Order: sequence, then C-alpha cells, then structure tokens
Amino acid sequence: MPKPEILDPQGQAVANALPRLGFQGIASVRQGKHFELEVDDSVDDATLEKIAETFLANPVIEDWVVRRVDA
Amino acid sequence: MSVRVGVITFPGTLDDVDAARAARYAEAEAVPLWHGDPDLKGVDAVIVPGGFSYGDYLRCGAIARFAPVMGSVIEAAGKGMPVLGICNGFQILCEAGLLPGALIRNSGLHFVCKDQWLAVENNTTAWSSRYEKGAEILVPLKSGEGGYQATQSTVDELEGEGRVVFRYVGDNPNGSRNNIAGITSANGRVVGLMPHPEHAIDALTGPTDDGLGMFLSLMDAVVNA
Repeated sequence: MPKPEILDPQGQAVANALPRLGFQGIASVRQGKHFELEVDDSVDDATLEKIAETFLANPVIEDWVVRRVDA
Repeated sequence: MSVRVGVITFPGTLDDVDAARAARYAEAEAVPLWHGDPDLKGVDAVIVPGGFSYGDYLRCGAIARFAPVMGSVIEAAGKGMPVLGICNGFQILCEAGLLPGALIRNSGLHFVCKDQWLAVENNTTAWSSRYEKGAEILVPLKSGEGGYQATQSTVDELEGEGRVVFRYVGDNPNGSRNNIAGITSANGRVVGLMPHPEHAIDALTGPTDDGLGMFLSLMDAVVNA
C-alpha cells in the first residue's frame, strides 16, 4: 500500500468517482497491490519478508504486510 | 582524448538511440551497453535512457535495477562515475538506490506529453555545469509516472543541500513534490530527471537545443577529472 504520507492519485480518483456513482459515506480510498505466491513449506517467513521488502514493494513509498494462508 | 559514454538498452527501452545521438552531438563516443552484459566496456559515463523497461511490470524500473549491467553501474557510480537517468532511467536509478525517492502516477492520471520549461537550480553537477544557475530551458516531458515523491525528511535534505537540479516552471505537470523535475546524488555525479534533454539537442528535431548543455557538461566533467 502507498504510505499514508505519499500522494495516491489513483485512490483519490476512485474516491471522487464513488459519490458520482451514488455511493455515499466513503471518506477516502487508498489503492495498493496484492500478490499471491504459491510456496512450499521450505520457504520461511523471513524469506517471504525479504521478497516483499527488496522486490515486490518499494519501501520508499509503500508499506507492506506478508500473510501466510493455508491452501 | 575521446570521451566514451555508455548508453544502456533494456528490453522496452525507447530513447537509447536519441541518447547516443546526443552524446555524439557533444563529440563523445557513444558506446552501446546491453542489459544482460555486466561489462561497461571501459566507458567514462553511463546514460540510463527512457522508455518502458520490462514493460513497467511490477513498478517502473523495479525489474531493470536487477539487470546484470546495473550491478556494474551501481558499483561504478560508487567510485564516482557520472551517471544520468532520463525518465524511465530516473525511475531505475531511484529503484536502484542511487537516487532517493520514487516516481509515481501523475497526479492528473493522464500521460503528459509536451514541451516543458525547467529552471536550472544547481549548475555544479557533472551534468549541468554548462548552464547558468536560474536559467530556464525548454525540453520535452513525456511520462505517465513522473510524480516525484519522497518522505518530507528526504525532500528537506535535497532542498537543504541544493540537490534539486531542475524544477518545473509554471504549473506542476505531474504532482511532483516541490515541482521537482530532477535531482542529484550527494557528490553531484549521478543525476536523474523526468524530462528529456536528449530530445532537445537540435532545433531541427526538437523544440530547442537547450538539452545539449547536459551532454556538454559531462564532457567538461570527464575531461577536467
């Protein structure tokens, strides 16, 4: 997700469109990315965090979180 | 002595031909460098040109920074080699950590393609010494993700150290913080900017020849080194 202090023009455009489409009460929208990785059991959490921090996300502008889900 | 300027081509690079032409206009020898080859071929400086390396997949520049040639560029930059990143090249240098901050989607969401006035704010870098401080130059801007963003502390540091090299004149075209169009590394050797000086080196083919000064500046930096 874009960091809170980083401008998110895409999220703002979505937020501006919602009232026009008749959806009220939505104060703000932030737009980010979601990756699904299929991994085997040998890939530990530290490796996943390294993948997120060094490649999938740009920590200069984005916060990230890794969540492991059983198939 | 002949100055050798490397110009990198990645899959999806568009402006390597014009960057090489700009180097030749400044009477340098343009040396083609290939993304998959870590050999910098003994060049004196490197230009990372514009385009859409790797289709802008993941983030602009995010995949290009891991190309074999970039490992060599990062190492050479660490030893003081002049490096210029234009447009996608600027995005790649930010992703590679050679310059601080990042470029995001234009605030207006539209791709911007126009001739843009820039003010030269720092004429002490390897790529801007031929300009007068405060000079205004007209060069093309063509990008969809040209909004310069960084944390407040980074912007304060860049401003405090005079590391903003070019600033947009007039309306902010893409939502860049502080109208920043181009910045430099702490040692003034690495410069990145979103607009395209390599497209403005001859009035026959560009809006002006204002961009040529960047490539002539490099010649001074290399010859006087």
